Amino acid sequence: MASIRGILAPFRETTGFARWMLLVGVVIVVFFTVLAVGADWIAPYGFAQQSANGVDFPKAAPPGDGHLMGTDRLFFDVWSRVVYGARTALEVIVLAVSASLVLGLVLGLISGYVGGWIDRVLVLVMDVLYAFPGLLLAIVFGFLLAEKIGAGVISAAGALTVIYMPQYFRVVRSSTISAKESTYVEAARALGAPGRTVVGRYLFGNVIHSVPVIGTLNAADALGTLAALGFLGLGIQPTDGAEWGFDLSRALEDVTSGIWWTGLYPGLAIVLLITGLTLVGEGLNETVNPVLRKRRLRKITVEETQK
Amino acid sequence: MAAQSGSLPRYIVQRLLLIIPMVWLLLTLVFLLMRVAPGDPVTASVGGRLPPDALEARREALGLNDPLIQQYWDYLSGVLTFDLGKTITDNTPITDIIKENGGATLTLTVTAMLFALVVGLPLGLLAGRYRDTVADGGIRIFGIVTYAAPIFFTGILLQLLFLNVFSGWPLLGQSTPITEFSVETKTHILLLDAMLAGDSEAVVDVLKHLMLPAITLGLLICGIFIRLTRVNLLQTLQADYVEAARARGIPEPKVVRSHAFRNALVPVVTIIGLLIALLMSGAVLTEKTFAWPGLGNQLITYIEQRDYAAVQGIITVFAILVVVISILIDIVNALIDPRVRY
Repeated sequence: MASIRGILAPFRETTGFARWMLLVGVVIVVFFTVLAVGADWIAPYGFAQQSANGVDFPKAAPPGDGHLMGTDRLFFDVWSRVVYGARTALEVIVLAVSASLVLGLVLGLISGYVGGWIDRVLVLVMDVLYAFPGLLLAIVFGFLLAEKIGAGVISAAGALTVIYMPQYFRVVRSSTISAKESTYVEAARALGAPGRTVVGRYLFGNVIHSVPVIGTLNAADALGTLAALGFLGLGIQPTDGAEWGFDLSRALEDVTSGIWWTGLYPGLAIVLLITGLTLVGEGLNETVNPVLRKRRLRKITVEETQK
Repeated sequence: MAAQSGSLPRYIVQRLLLIIPMVWLLLTLVFLLMRVAPGDPVTASVGGRLPPDALEARREALGLNDPLIQQYWDYLSGVLTFDLGKTITDNTPITDIIKENGGATLTLTVTAMLFALVVGLPLGLLAGRYRDTVADGGIRIFGIVTYAAPIFFTGILLQLLFLNVFSGWPLLGQSTPITEFSVETKTHILLLDAMLAGDSEAVVDVLKHLMLPAITLGLLICGIFIRLTRVNLLQTLQADYVEAARARGIPEPKVVRSHAFRNALVPVVTIIGLLIALLMSGAVLTEKTFAWPGLGNQLITYIEQRDYAAVQGIITVFAILVVVISILIDIVNALIDPRVRY
């Protein structure tokens, strides 16, 4: 309970735009989470379903008439694919962000605490990964992983993990280095605490607080990259799951025939969810980061002294 | 003082020398990645189309039968002598692909960057200047949404818009075939070639084709500029020297214009260096969306054909470009802002 209040305390101090961003962002993210979790009940049809009750769906039918957002040229129901797309997106993002977080955290702690040549090698490798254009890296890894273990949620998440891990590594490493020199860690060491305890108990807690902001902003970015991989045909295959980016790559061919509904809805879903995640990240940042934070002035009531 | 004036050349030399290990590491990474690929690249790309002995000959020609260390050495020395090998599928030298298609990518990225600067910087300054007003909120939402919208979605929306509002506006490609044939190729940059030829019709045609892709890619970058300039201005407005200017009784608009803006814009140069990677990623998607005949489009085509040699070659070029450009921008940054040098 106390910890929940601890998390909420900065929120109560936010003002105006920051609070508004955080709220709207959370609402959007919750909305898509509901879609993802309840897809089986919310979506009227399956993501790769082409007929219902023995009647084939119309080909590329405009919205309305039994299909809220129309159908595409593969006879799929667009609304159902948008709903199931939320599931795919959240699966991949949760996997990718947690994998890169854990890997980055562990490697960052080791690198920062142990130092020496391990540190130097890790920093170099991470810098190279970081310098490389993210999408190109994802393309190469997505391409290779798809060849090796087949295209799917796991290989897409794997490709994304490689891109985002260096960021956690950097943040965790630098905060580890600065925390390592602080008095309380020195005291722990002087008391004879083994390296494991120092890292696990004292450094970890000090380093973890900067992670949520990067995490949400990364999740937003990862969703864009996932869609980009799908758009380039390197992501999830249409029969394995609905993926917004893949749907957009098919919609690209529809544009010249004036078919707008196959592209608009999956695209809007991506924009909305990315915007939601970004708003949460930015809102958190303004709440947590003292440089950007503007505290709300609270009214002070001075009690009249009784005579 | 002497030590300080000497530090700029030293900084430049240091940064330039850093190019070597960075490029070497990136090349090693690219090489290793391409080698852990399963199976045999030649079978993967042209497997069903050639008889077994022809496949074997291809493998031999590509050096895939050599020991790994030999292949690594050949690759590195090849890059040094500007020889990136040949594609497996159509046996084209990679350097030819770079020459043919590099110009289109360059045109696209430069125009997009200019668009982003012209639109993003003023908006960011405006938002920072009028913090927490409706204008600020609107501009920030605009920035977040344009950054959130995937390039291909923005592209599709613009295509739909122009299809319906300005019917006949070119949506795909770099020019009409007529322009392509009539303009003599000199620089491999179509826009420049058309200008050199003095063919105004061709120039207009190329510009019309360029507009939508450039706006699409530019909007992505624009969001970042808005965010950065805004935060920079907010921080600058809190700086002591700005406070001092205010204390001297200089009116607020003048404080903002002549004291804060300039310093708020300095970090933009640094950011441009960091944006090169994003710009290249974005170019791949933009080129695919608009069938723009650049390097990114070629990369995707070769990936679809499972042509490892071509993918390796094009990725190598992208990697080198990213490192060299970012380090050059670091140097420019040091020339502008003395604090960076120390």
